[in-house]
Amino acid sequence: MNRPLCRRFLRPRLRRVDVAVAVLLAVLGFAAVVQVRSTQEDGPLATARQEDLVQILDELSNRNDRLRDEVSALERARAELTTGGDQSEAALAEARRRTQLLGILAGTVPARGPGLLLTITDPDGRITPDVLLDALEELRAAGAEAIQLEGPVDLSVDPSEASGGDSGGGGVSPALGDGDEGGGGVDGRALYPPYRFVVVGEPSTLASAVAIPGGVVDNIEQRGGRVLVEERDEVVVGALRALEEPRYARPAPQDGD
Amino acid sequence: MIPALALVVGVVLGLVLEPTVPAALQPYLPIAVVAALDAVFGAVRAQLEKIFDDRVFVVSFVSNVLVAGLVVFLGDQLGVGGQLSTGVVVVLGIRIFSNAAAIRRHVFHA
Repeated sequence: MNRPLCRRFLRPRLRRVDVAVAVLLAVLGFAAVVQVRSTQEDGPLATARQEDLVQILDELSNRNDRLRDEVSALERARAELTTGGDQSEAALAEARRRTQLLGILAGTVPARGPGLLLTITDPDGRITPDVLLDALEELRAAGAEAIQLEGPVDLSVDPSEASGGDSGGGGVSPALGDGDEGGGGVDGRALYPPYRFVVVGEPSTLASAVAIPGGVVDNIEQRGGRVLVEERDEVVVGALRALEEPRYARPAPQDGD
Repeated sequence: MIPALALVVGVVLGLVLEPTVPAALQPYLPIAVVAALDAVFGAVRAQLEKIFDDRVFVVSFVSNVLVAGLVVFLGDQLGVGGQLSTGVVVVLGIRIFSNAAAIRRHVFHA
């Protein structure tokens, strides 16, 4: 069945075999184009064989596992860091609170609250430091939480407005001693009458404590002085003292600390 | 002429219809295309050597495609599908090259 190309192309009628050849070539062109397109569109994975895909999947899941491990490790670290941060923050807040409380006790931070103003005049000059010391001890025994002793105070000024320009001695136990010239001295500063105690504590308790017979008020009035007791909803102990580093005492370790 | 037109028609149909290859056929289609190309190159060579027989072409085309697909299918069943399809492509490629060389000698006499 050997015949020249031109004769076959010029033949007017198609034989079955010619149709079959044409169909096969059309199928070939179609399939080739489809394959090329699918290769271009789907990338390498679409034409990869099953075992290659399994291997790629294995690698992916291995890497996935490694990354998951890494994620959980990092999350643990983050959790530790945040809880650690919370703990140290709580510890810091607690430390600040204790610093405030201890500062009020030591007279290194200002204190405010309900309390008493005790203004003492001394026209005869017979109020000695030990009288003031008695008054101080009385107030402390009555539950005063912060005490300020100042003098001289300007009696014409409303006591609650007066700031302790010449005041001295905050905290619950100001160092009270003999002044240079007869009057009292607090924390090394000389005080002169009229004196004023500014006391933070339960006002009525403090007032009754100084008013008991033979107590502070009686004692001062026997010496020619006058005592003015004012209960206030709020007084401010603003006189501060410097905190001295203890020369000998050191903190001792506590159990469970 | 008619076979070339049919080839063009097939290409145009593929471009226009944009079909997706069924998943079951995906491993076999490239091998089948390569096998068909081998048959086409053989047909062109036979035409140039004036020994072309369209029945032989149809049979060789179909059997090439079927055998290639069968070999790849067997390879897949035996777990050596990848290697066997590579082998089929290599063998068909060699045949295509030798056919192309024969065609070149007929066309360019060199």
